[in-house]
Amino acid sequence: MNQEEPLLYFDHCASTPPHPEVIRTLVEVMERHYANPSSIHRLGLDAGRLLGGARELMGRLFGTTSEEWVFTSGGTESNQLAIKGAAYAAKHRGKHVITSATEHPSVREAFERLAADGFEVTYLPVNDVGMISIGQLQEAIRPDTTLVSLMHVNNEVGTIQPIEEAGKLLRQHPGISFHVDGVQSIGKLPIRLREWGVDLFSGSAHKLRGPKGTGFLYVRSGMRLEPLLGGGGQEGGLRGGTPNVPGIVASVKALRMALESQQERAERMRALRTRLLLRLQQLPELIINGEADSLSVKQAPHILHLSYPGMKPEVIVHALEERGIIISTKSACSSRDERPSEVLLAMGYPIPRAAGGLRVSFGDEHDEATVDRLAEALEAVVRLLKPLERGITSK
Amino acid sequence: MKYDHITVRYGELTLKGRNRGRFEQQMFRQIKNSLRHLEGLEFEKTYARAYIKLNGVDYEQAAEGLRRVFGLHSFSPVIRAVNELEAIKEAALSLWESLEVKPATFKVKVKRGWKGFPHVTHELQHLIGSHVLRAAPELKVDVHRPEMELNVDIQPEGAYIFCRSEPGAGGFPYGSNGKAMLLLSGGIDSPVAGWSAMRKGLELELVHYHSFPFTSEQATDKVIELARQLSLYAGKPLKLHLVPFTDIQTRFTGTGQDHLIITLMRRAMLEIAGMLAERNGAGGIVSGDSLGQVASQTLDSMNVIGRVLDIPLLRPLIMMDKQEIIDQAVKIGTYTTSILPFEDCCTLFVPKSPSTNPNLRVVERTENGIAELKELLLKAADGVETVNLDAGKVFRKKTVLQEAEERDWF
Repeated sequence: MNQEEPLLYFDHCASTPPHPEVIRTLVEVMERHYANPSSIHRLGLDAGRLLGGARELMGRLFGTTSEEWVFTSGGTESNQLAIKGAAYAAKHRGKHVITSATEHPSVREAFERLAADGFEVTYLPVNDVGMISIGQLQEAIRPDTTLVSLMHVNNEVGTIQPIEEAGKLLRQHPGISFHVDGVQSIGKLPIRLREWGVDLFSGSAHKLRGPKGTGFLYVRSGMRLEPLLGGGGQEGGLRGGTPNVPGIVASVKALRMALESQQERAERMRALRTRLLLRLQQLPELIINGEADSLSVKQAPHILHLSYPGMKPEVIVHALEERGIIISTKSACSSRDERPSEVLLAMGYPIPRAAGGLRVSFGDEHDEATVDRLAEALEAVVRLLKPLERGITSK
Repeated sequence: MKYDHITVRYGELTLKGRNRGRFEQQMFRQIKNSLRHLEGLEFEKTYARAYIKLNGVDYEQAAEGLRRVFGLHSFSPVIRAVNELEAIKEAALSLWESLEVKPATFKVKVKRGWKGFPHVTHELQHLIGSHVLRAAPELKVDVHRPEMELNVDIQPEGAYIFCRSEPGAGGFPYGSNGKAMLLLSGGIDSPVAGWSAMRKGLELELVHYHSFPFTSEQATDKVIELARQLSLYAGKPLKLHLVPFTDIQTRFTGTGQDHLIITLMRRAMLEIAGMLAERNGAGGIVSGDSLGQVASQTLDSMNVIGRVLDIPLLRPLIMMDKQEIIDQAVKIGTYTTSILPFEDCCTLFVPKSPSTNPNLRVVERTENGIAELKELLLKAADGVETVNLDAGKVFRKKTVLQEAEERDWF
């Protein structure tokens, strides 16, 4: 590994380096507010007040009431609570639920569970850039449909789903709850929960420079959910267990910073993405997956996804790592298995392209120089691997 | 078309002949204060009303503040046009076009406050009405029971066009009728009593008695929250005095007069409130008593309890039913806080059968039997912690440092 140059981290979709201010808050609150926020003594009340402050800020940041936010252990729990919670709470009205073919595993698994439990699940197909169609969503709706769950930004290729239009359509079906997985969109895209008619919205702190182990779920007032975790009645009875006060306070801080600078950072990342794209388009071996154009309304600004068809993506990841650069294959949650990406298959890509996915995701510390270094390294790696193509390609 | 102005009409104060100028001054200041959180507004004062130029601020946001100003008769979102027939016709039409729900019938009502305008009222009504009718053929005129009244108010500086009016909170401007102390418990009634007093123009300072450790910090936080909600109506800073009542209360439990303990406590509270009134230049006490509601609110009890005071004890809710009080609490926004389940010192040590007709002589004898009572009362009044509230913000010494640190964490 090259000793002089600092490590470059391009895997922000998997997790992000926590902001120093967030770390400070986490440590200080952990030291000072160790009491249980449900206790009635002064220390408990203080911790409880802090929790209340965090919730209030959530409400303000998203233009909702503070009571509409539930703190969880992360994106996975938020998704699971939203989907299973809403489907089971409405099961007397109907057992048909709708999602898309390219959801995150934590969403997919929830629907598989529901299917095993007698629910009928419709998986909406996506087009070649990964988008669902509103027409197909409309056709999928039945009188016994109770839930639609869509991701805002796809975690592999960065496709933006038409949430606003879906919300508009679902407004005409008041019996259907609308869940949006916002884990990859918070802090990158504008979010208007009320305006879009979203009933449930998941987020995770460590994707936006917060600590791991905390997530949040918007539950529109009036929504009924069946809790996953029973117990002490915390979080309005929706999630038992002593709240992670330091994690929550630090997360809300990270969230505030991310939302306050959202527009400015999105523009920065969009420019970096375009810069990298222009370099990589010179390499005929690489194909851009999803929507290439950084300015497209269908593409999130912080993700560039590409394939070296036929090449095992691990080889490229490791070759870049040798040069001090970290990128990832597929999504972190499924990158350890060798099967082609479900998302890319759903987008209609052939197996060599679907199995050769590489994801570059940007963060606050990147600038033009770091992006150029990545481009140069990728060019070098491709040059190096090109003659060896036949020997190490996957089947 | 967005509304560009609000017309604000003053209320009862127009009755007050000679004081009128001062009341109007106060009214105008109150309106400005209630909206100071909104940037860009311009205020203009005329006879018996005020105009607010919105400069792009949303009408609803401004209306929310105005609903809390006492002394207002009504207010309307208006469009201002220059005093020319064509401009007025256009403004009237654009107002019609901006309506989301279109009424089926209407009439035009012109008020010619400026007699210099070239057309007479009747003629104007016809001209404006037919202009709107041409654009909306389905619309009909109904002069007797129109669904909508399209008002055109012609003043020297311009014409104001509007079609709806919202009643204001009524009453007198806050602080225009002197100052009093409000006994604020954590219950439903006292915040409503406070609101009623404020509405009648009384400036308030709030007094709350706590008996830590028998009452919890949460009970105090709850009262601070109620005070905070009342402060939204004051339009200027409001004080809450927290009185340590534990020593007095526990002393009374040792007198062997269990059925009189409520009477004794209420008298002690009033006496302390009286001292605080004198120290803070207040001329009366306001309480949330409602006749017959509990043992201390029977006529006999009120007689014995009220005697400790030599300034007026005002009871705005005295003849109201519980349900009416609850409805009012919901309306002013204090109800959900009031029903939080924290015990306050009035519900502590409550005997099984409190006296509904206490004997004044026995009460006085019991009090005289406590040699240190005067001292305890003084000590309580001296030991007050004062919390300041301003437009929904809480300033408490104890928590200022803590909060500065907490703000930093977020």
